[in-house]
Amino acid sequence: MTGRPDALATRVWPTAARPRTGGRFMRFARRYPLAVAGGGFLVLLVLAAVLAPWIAPSDPLANDYLSMFSPPSSRHWLGTDSFGRDILSRLIFGARTALLVGLSASVAGATVGALVGVASAYFGGTVDLVIQRITDILVSFPLIVLAMAMVAILGSGTANLVVAIALSFAPRAELVVRSSALQVRHTTYVEAARAIGAGPWRIILRHMLPNVLAPYLVMLTAFLGQAILLEASLSFLGLGVAEPTPAWGLMLSGAAVDFVQKAPWMAVFPGLAITLTVLSFNVLGDALRDVLDPRLRV
Amino acid sequence: MHVRRRLQQLGAAALLVAVLVAASGTVGSSAPAPPRRGGSLSFIVSAEPPSFDGHRETTFAVIHPIRPHYNLLVKFDPLNYPKVVPDLAESWTVSQDGLTYTFRIRSGVRFHDGSLLTSRDIKASLDKIIFPPQGVASARQAMYEMVESISAPSPNTVVIRLKWPSATFLEKLASPFNWIYKADILERDPRWYERNVMGTGPFRFKEYVRGSHWEGVRFENYWKPGRPYLDGYRALFISSPAAQAAALKFGQALVEFRGFAPAQRDEVVQFLGDRATVQESGWLCNILVVPNNQRKPFDDFRVRRALTLAIDRWGGSRALSQITFMGPVGGVMRPGGPFATPEAELTKLAGFGRDINAARQEARRLLREAGVPEGFEFTVKNRNIPMPYIPAGIFLVDQWRQVGLNPRHVIQETGPYLADLRAGNYDVGIDFTCDFFDDPDVQLVKFVSSDRNPLNYARYTDRLLDGLFRQQSRERDLQRRLQIVRQFERRVLSDRAYQYHLLWWQRIVPHWKKLQGYRVGPSHYLEDLEEVWLSE
Repeated sequence: MTGRPDALATRVWPTAARPRTGGRFMRFARRYPLAVAGGGFLVLLVLAAVLAPWIAPSDPLANDYLSMFSPPSSRHWLGTDSFGRDILSRLIFGARTALLVGLSASVAGATVGALVGVASAYFGGTVDLVIQRITDILVSFPLIVLAMAMVAILGSGTANLVVAIALSFAPRAELVVRSSALQVRHTTYVEAARAIGAGPWRIILRHMLPNVLAPYLVMLTAFLGQAILLEASLSFLGLGVAEPTPAWGLMLSGAAVDFVQKAPWMAVFPGLAITLTVLSFNVLGDALRDVLDPRLRV
Repeated sequence: MHVRRRLQQLGAAALLVAVLVAASGTVGSSAPAPPRRGGSLSFIVSAEPPSFDGHRETTFAVIHPIRPHYNLLVKFDPLNYPKVVPDLAESWTVSQDGLTYTFRIRSGVRFHDGSLLTSRDIKASLDKIIFPPQGVASARQAMYEMVESISAPSPNTVVIRLKWPSATFLEKLASPFNWIYKADILERDPRWYERNVMGTGPFRFKEYVRGSHWEGVRFENYWKPGRPYLDGYRALFISSPAAQAAALKFGQALVEFRGFAPAQRDEVVQFLGDRATVQESGWLCNILVVPNNQRKPFDDFRVRRALTLAIDRWGGSRALSQITFMGPVGGVMRPGGPFATPEAELTKLAGFGRDINAARQEARRLLREAGVPEGFEFTVKNRNIPMPYIPAGIFLVDQWRQVGLNPRHVIQETGPYLADLRAGNYDVGIDFTCDFFDDPDVQLVKFVSSDRNPLNYARYTDRLLDGLFRQQSRERDLQRRLQIVRQFERRVLSDRAYQYHLLWWQRIVPHWKKLQGYRVGPSHYLEDLEEVWLSE
């Protein structure tokens, strides 16, 4: 008998008894309708961001002084801003900025945090003590304050914004992942790996990290929403991306505030885009936590 | 019958009163109320002072909160620009050849520390501005190139000798930044005033809370009887235009002396109704586009010329004047001012013509000729002040994209932004000029070679241009002087296209009606709280 155990398992498990993907999705949809709606919105958002040059009705940077402050109409579905720029086009291109910053910062922050958290749990002792005290200090700052401090040090711009938000997320991810990693630290497969002479980093990367993926994924979805909100907040405060780059937070600041009575659509639609996106990530994250956390399933 | 006659008499009397009132204007304006003493004026300042020393700074952020602590030798009449009136100088004489100015200094003037002012203090202050010692910055040194010497032959006399006569020397001397300091302090430490305040002005320093406010209180030993009218003032540092409008609407402040955009003006006036009034004026300020003349490809005049040709100033003026206080199109001298370039001449300059399509075609041709590829990327450095710099940047990016360029707008804090401009670490910068007086000497000095004026960030040397500047400065015939100014303008803006104006500004100052004794002029540097009072 030379068959691989998983191949054997496939034979042993009756095919008919396995839940079909479609059925599983329907069950998930029935149980978490909001998460499905959120997921659907996010899929549309990603598509809009990817296809922006083809689907945006106008150049998002082009000024049109004959159409300044145009209200929503058949020509400009969501109206125009103080420079006559089409708001729908800027929202579609702004999705790129939001997703780029949101995804990069969340993945980078959560990954760095997860690595440090698992390492801290594995090494324990002084290493764990030092890392935890540094984490405590960093976590004591509100997220926005920490991100603002980072931007103040690094300077504004998209790349620096990603680094600033990622570094602000990392200590929070570290705390969550460390607590999960502490549970697997003394499991038999980790002990076995150590017994056969595996090095610390091999144990951390091959054996511990894959087993703390569930909290990592849940955290990632939560971070995505927060990162988009942070990007918008920092851009609103003039610390994020610079005009005329289309970015939702930026669209909410400056002229949108100055002319809110004259042209409320300048603030309403970017605000709506931010709200819906963050809400979508949050409900999706909640559903994922319910599905992936075995304690909640019980 | 008797009653009817009485009614007729009353009606006639009422008619007479109505006719008299109509003939003399409205009831309120027939006899202006006398100035009222008392009260504290709160006003908005949209930036914080980089230092406290007027001699080294060039910003209203120093003038508005700190100038009330000081006097000048002579000053512009705050209610009658551009008339020059005495301040610490009681009177003056000018020699026949126009080379010697003799000032008689007021006696009995006291500094806020109680000491008496003498001509020695005036000489020390002017020396610091015109002949600054090593390591001491003076922003206006280049403007006083004609000064040969300053002396104080007696405690009440100051004599200034010039190398050549200057028709507007007195006006230059009335610069609102020429604060008179105490000689003893300058002798001990010429940089003391960068972080400290001590003058002879109508208000004493009370406190400065960074990020919040600057406060002054009436100087009871002020030399001018009955002045100031105010008990004190409070300058509130508020940078956001929306927050400024809100502060004005709800009475947290009565005025922002620099100026508002039309939308803010309308918002304030609509909210305050007849409690507000609006004063408007041309403004001695503009946005300058500054290509780095030492960096490729902007070292090629064809590229610089293409950049200015691509800008639709006339269209931009119509649009931007609705959302910012930028507006008038002009050359090196203020549009509407005594030296303004007539439109017929202005439209002959590259980038100032009315036919934008032809100009952009020419721009594309020049770029091709200079070997600049389609989609060429470069950075446009700007400061993070919302009004009017960021809208100017957005507008310029759009204009340059229309000739196939791909500019990237980089917005920085004012400190790093200025450091980059001074160090030449930029492709194209968005700069400004703001002056206190309409005069070619004052407006053109910005454009003389960078090695002669450190405030010229465009990094070029042009001795012909420097010669023209000197020539116009010494010319006493107005028509001939104007001709030289036009020559200078053509060379800077068009022929060599070293740097160029985007748009000039239009000053719009809405304020509470109870603020009296204040008149808006073409410079926001000339605000003077000595004569200001509150009617309630």
